[in-house]
Amino acid sequence: MEDFLHALITQNFMQNALIGGLLASVACGIAGSYVVVKRIGYMAGGIAHAVLGGMGLAYFLGRDPVAGAIITALLAALVIGVVGIYWRKQEDTAISALWAVGMAAGVLFISATPGYNVDLMSYLFGNILMIPRHNLYLIFWLDLGIVLFVLLFYKQLLAVSFDEEFAELRQVPVKLFSLLLLCLVALTVVILIQVVGLIMVIALLALPAAIAGQFVNALGKMMIVAMVLGVLFTSGGLAASYQYDLPSGAVTVLLTGLAYLLATVGKAVWHQWQVRRSAA
Amino acid sequence: MSKPIIILDGISFRYDELTVLEDICLSIRDKDFLGIVGPNGSGKSTLLKLILGLLRPQQGTIEIFGTSPAQARLKIGYVPQFATFDRNFPITVLNTVLQGRLGKTRTLFGYTRQDREAARQSLAEVEILDLEQRPLTALSGGQLQRVLIARALTCSPEVLILDEPTAHIDPKVEEGVFELLKRLNERLTVIVVSHDVGFITRYITRVACLNRRLVCHPATELTGKMIEELYGGPLKVVQHDTLIHGHD
Repeated sequence: MEDFLHALITQNFMQNALIGGLLASVACGIAGSYVVVKRIGYMAGGIAHAVLGGMGLAYFLGRDPVAGAIITALLAALVIGVVGIYWRKQEDTAISALWAVGMAAGVLFISATPGYNVDLMSYLFGNILMIPRHNLYLIFWLDLGIVLFVLLFYKQLLAVSFDEEFAELRQVPVKLFSLLLLCLVALTVVILIQVVGLIMVIALLALPAAIAGQFVNALGKMMIVAMVLGVLFTSGGLAASYQYDLPSGAVTVLLTGLAYLLATVGKAVWHQWQVRRSAA
Repeated sequence: MSKPIIILDGISFRYDELTVLEDICLSIRDKDFLGIVGPNGSGKSTLLKLILGLLRPQQGTIEIFGTSPAQARLKIGYVPQFATFDRNFPITVLNTVLQGRLGKTRTLFGYTRQDREAARQSLAEVEILDLEQRPLTALSGGQLQRVLIARALTCSPEVLILDEPTAHIDPKVEEGVFELLKRLNERLTVIVVSHDVGFITRYITRVACLNRRLVCHPATELTGKMIEELYGGPLKVVQHDTLIHGHD
């Protein structure tokens, strides 16, 4: 732990990594809560994997892969959203197709790019230690946009998440908000890819919010608790990975998964105990 | 006799190849307490969705308060079946009921104090004001039904439409819900869809039997008692439905 703190004070990249984790937790708590209550984990997974296509293309063209990621993520979200609205029966298939086709395209683009393909691994599994300072600014602005959007339209987003039909009857533009919500998830996916990589995004998106959901009874509280958990998991994962010289993304995700397991089992045991106590 | 506020004229509706509703004519007057009954799959929910403007008929016209269903929406309070939302959703009773203010309240930021007052008034009207801070997950079926009715009342509706309001609650609680609806009917038009014919006839003023076609009991204002005389109680109403089925 002392080593980690020492590195944190002296090493620039460690500070960037820590700040990256903190910033990512904001978007993660908000978007993750919607993903959990709307049960759209599969959609989020599809968006995350499709993003490799855009990252690969940008890499091939010599552009910033993160820009490619943002564009592809938003496109994938809109495609999935529109299919979900107009061809509900095709939704599952469309997500699967985007998921795999995006990955395949990404792999091809990256293999066609001359030079050493070290970036592929960091796209897939994340490398928060390599996160550059200008990406932190980007994450900050994305966070700000997401927070502002949710503050402004909290009641519509809540209504759409809870009961679409009723929201539509109250003249809430349900389709628009559903699409915007998916875009919000897509941007969060791009943020989280830089922390844990696109394969493990879904863990950091869903699990902190799922843990929070077991202990609070309001969506807003769920977001706050999920943010705090996100901070704990990303910084804890960073510290542990530094200490034992392990890949940071994987350690973060394992920590998150472990916490989810403990919370779920702990809650079930506690519930059983309460029932038994009240029966006695 | 008061003027009809909802008029369905020659409505037909198909999902792809499947005809769900055929040539439905129905007019509903102010302060009616209309029961739409019929077996499962008879098109009851589809009929409601047409009245709410969530679906459009392939044939026929629907007029509500002299305009289209989509435009008349804000005058209607809708109580859906439990299945339309997740009972484990992290939300309190008050925040659920507040959704009734959407369309009337400001667009940006949260609900206003005025919204909260309106929501509390509805909660008081359905006698569950003490539950306002409870999470939805901690409610019984009867309490949840009252929350949904309160949410619909918060829309300040002129018509209350309920889809199977007693499907998930036990008979004792059911009676309380219908007593509540009867009380609300003093100031509102109430439309209840149910497959449970027997119970409903004790409260409603008119009945429409649906099984793809609607047997209007047109222009006749039936009282609960008259229905029982006409059909000799719930059993015969079921037979009547079977008969319609034979037509198809």
